[in-house]
Amino acid sequence: MPNPSSPATTSQRITKNSQSRRFLQIVAVCLFAITMLGANSPAKRFDKLGHQLVCQCGCGQILVECNHVGCPVSPVMLKELEVQTANGLPDTGVLNFFIAKYGPIALAAPIRGGFDNVAWIVPFAVLVLATLGVALLIRFWKRRNDSLLLAAPGAASLPPNSLEDRIRRETDYENWGDRP
Amino acid sequence: MSHPMPFFGYISLLLALALSVYTLLAGSLALWAIAKRRPLAVSPELLRETSRRAGIASFLALSCAAFALVWASFTNDFSVEYILHHTNRALHPAYKFSALWSGQEGSLLLWAWLLAAYGFVLRLRHKVDVTLSAYASTILAAIQIFFLLLLNVSAPPFSIAPGPLARDGFGLNPLLQYPEMVIHPPMLYLGYVGFSVPFAFALGALIMRYPGEKWIHITRRWTMVTWLFLTCGICLGMHWAYAVLGWGGYWGWDPVENASFLPWLTGTAFLHSVMMQEKRGMMKAWNVWLIFATFMLSILGTLLTRSGIVSSVHAFAQSSIGNWFTTFLILVFVVCLFTFFYQRDHLKTENKLQSLVSRESSFLFNNLILLASCFTVLWGTLFPVLSEFYNGTKVTMGPPYFNRVMVPIGLLLILLTGVGPLLSWRSTSLRAIRRNFILPCIAILATAVILMAVGVRPWTDDEAAGGIYALLCFSVSAGVITAITSEFLRGAGVVRTQSGRNLLLSGVTLVRRNTRRYGGYLIHFGVIVMFIGLAGSAFNQSKELEMSFGDTLQIGSWRLVCQSYSQDSNPNFDTDYALLDVFHGAKKVTQLTPERRFYTASQTTSTMVAIHSTLARDLYVVFEGRNPETDRPIIKVFLNPLVNWIWIGVFIIILGTAIALTPPLLPSARRVEVPAPVTTQHIQDIQITPNPAFASSIGGPHA
Repeated sequence: MPNPSSPATTSQRITKNSQSRRFLQIVAVCLFAITMLGANSPAKRFDKLGHQLVCQCGCGQILVECNHVGCPVSPVMLKELEVQTANGLPDTGVLNFFIAKYGPIALAAPIRGGFDNVAWIVPFAVLVLATLGVALLIRFWKRRNDSLLLAAPGAASLPPNSLEDRIRRETDYENWGDRP
Repeated sequence: MSHPMPFFGYISLLLALALSVYTLLAGSLALWAIAKRRPLAVSPELLRETSRRAGIASFLALSCAAFALVWASFTNDFSVEYILHHTNRALHPAYKFSALWSGQEGSLLLWAWLLAAYGFVLRLRHKVDVTLSAYASTILAAIQIFFLLLLNVSAPPFSIAPGPLARDGFGLNPLLQYPEMVIHPPMLYLGYVGFSVPFAFALGALIMRYPGEKWIHITRRWTMVTWLFLTCGICLGMHWAYAVLGWGGYWGWDPVENASFLPWLTGTAFLHSVMMQEKRGMMKAWNVWLIFATFMLSILGTLLTRSGIVSSVHAFAQSSIGNWFTTFLILVFVVCLFTFFYQRDHLKTENKLQSLVSRESSFLFNNLILLASCFTVLWGTLFPVLSEFYNGTKVTMGPPYFNRVMVPIGLLLILLTGVGPLLSWRSTSLRAIRRNFILPCIAILATAVILMAVGVRPWTDDEAAGGIYALLCFSVSAGVITAITSEFLRGAGVVRTQSGRNLLLSGVTLVRRNTRRYGGYLIHFGVIVMFIGLAGSAFNQSKELEMSFGDTLQIGSWRLVCQSYSQDSNPNFDTDYALLDVFHGAKKVTQLTPERRFYTASQTTSTMVAIHSTLARDLYVVFEGRNPETDRPIIKVFLNPLVNWIWIGVFIIILGTAIALTPPLLPSARRVEVPAPVTTQHIQDIQITPNPAFASSIGGPHA
């Protein structure tokens, strides 16, 4: 039986560790490659950025969806987008160009940071807080209900007729006779 | 008299105002005297009756005013400023009729007329509950006075145009010259205005401290019909936007669209949570505020879009009537708040929640999600105003914002649509949870695996989020559909065992016995089908090309070949159109004719989209115009998957609502077997036949 702390076993373990590390690295590289597949395609980037901008002619449409032939603004903006993306500017640089030229209203969604973040945070914060509130409310009601039942032990054993009535009342059965 | 019909309309509006004021004053006085048992010079009951009749007469007066405007439109009476600006001689008769709601003054007249029509029905059906109906009638009269004041003072529809009589009108907005525009606005308004009735009943019931929940039974059908109208109105608007605006989508999160969505969300929440009040005497204060909020949101939506507070692409957005709506909204809020605090002891709940895993708590969470959606839409609509106030700079809250925030919330809502009906009232046992949830969970996993196997792998795409959400939506929808179907089949199986009929007839019997429950399930099914259609938008494709004779455009597996392009003309508009042969593989499928129209009266252009629609996808072709340099048509093609599912979902919702509104069959026999001695623990074991829904609702076995 080999000694677990012998040099041979240690080197085997190191080889095994490096193999699994290499395997993980390969998996990570593959995943990254799959995720980034086509990410640098200029047409896709143009389309992606075009969907983050709004035509400034007053139609309120996304820049690449503005469908007014003869629109005086969208062809100019599309040309500018083409030039800016071809210049090799990063996405934020391209968007900043449009903010500088047309104002923040050119962006289809507020993504400048600062107060713009409030727009994104508040709905989810409200949802989370409301969910917690409802969960607490249900817990509070349940506890109060339990303490009321304990305080009135007779309530636990109702006579059959009133139980039947209650069941009927509290289920859809009553609605069978629900005429207008 | 040079303008007899406009004068008739003007007088009718004044008369309607006078009658509404009488309805309010006489009704209030009579109800006060009856409540306080104070003697009056005339019998309070008689006074109440005259108030009711005055309310009915106000509907007739408003009908005369609406008729006068329609008459003026059909007779090309361009002396009326409204008719001059919204019609022309060559306009199709259907659109001359729809001119009634094409502008601000006309749409306000439609609003007032519909309100009077609802009031008319309510006052005719007053014997349901004479006193409560009188309260509701008086409150409706107060709302009607607001709209009649607007029509008589700030936005009169019968104003005479200055200067010499015009030979022709300026025409109707081309975007409104589409068949759906004849029914979309009235549907939407029927929805908006209709919520006034449950609001009036709720406020009336609170003022008079109405005992019990009968007011909910009285208003249930009103609320459901109103909700259906609003749903149809919104969906018709979506279809109109899809078929007319030519941008390939159906919902752009424009403030006007959002304004219609807000009361729909709170109205839907009300329809769910009111069941808790009916069955368990719970959530009374909450329900009252939900219906108050729904009514106020109808008004707020109008205020937002017509005051110019937020900018909208809708033409009628800006006007001077914003202050009227602000004042009215504040007044309504103050009245609601005062009444609520004054009568809040009347709204004490009768029962308490017993378990987190119960139908009641699912309703609570359903309300939570719906109201969170409502808040998010309102927040997104108003954020540009907040940003301008805080930063001094306006921002745009477009589809990217709303899609990113609303889609996760929508997915939660789908999940609850499936979970809620599987839970029992009071509490659900672990055994029931296992039994009810196993199949839906398998369906969710199986759908996800199958979709990934057939190639839906959104994480390989740049815009992964949309695709992942779509995959989640398809999978969860499959789970919900399985839940609904298994619940229905379980019930039908019990009826089959008892009656010996086949499964289909047993299913029909089951639905007829409990129309409300199974109508509701069908509505849920329709909503899920709609969501599947909406999720398809994650895989939209589009292509644009300048096409000459014989040119080909390939999109997906579809090929479009330009056969010709030409022009046509009629008195109302000139048309540019292209003839495109559509091939799927080598087979010619159809020929499409997208158009672009130029309306001579209004000097504006509009697109007529050509759509080849199948269950799997829409081929959506837009004639964008001609290139001024080459004179060749520019064609934009969209391949939009699953759009038809949205419209099919709407039809299912309509069918479900119709079933839910149908009175149920009375059971031929009721057999209740209650084991003795009975304790609350035994509820799980009780079987009641023949209604399987009953057994499921208490968590017991079905057969």
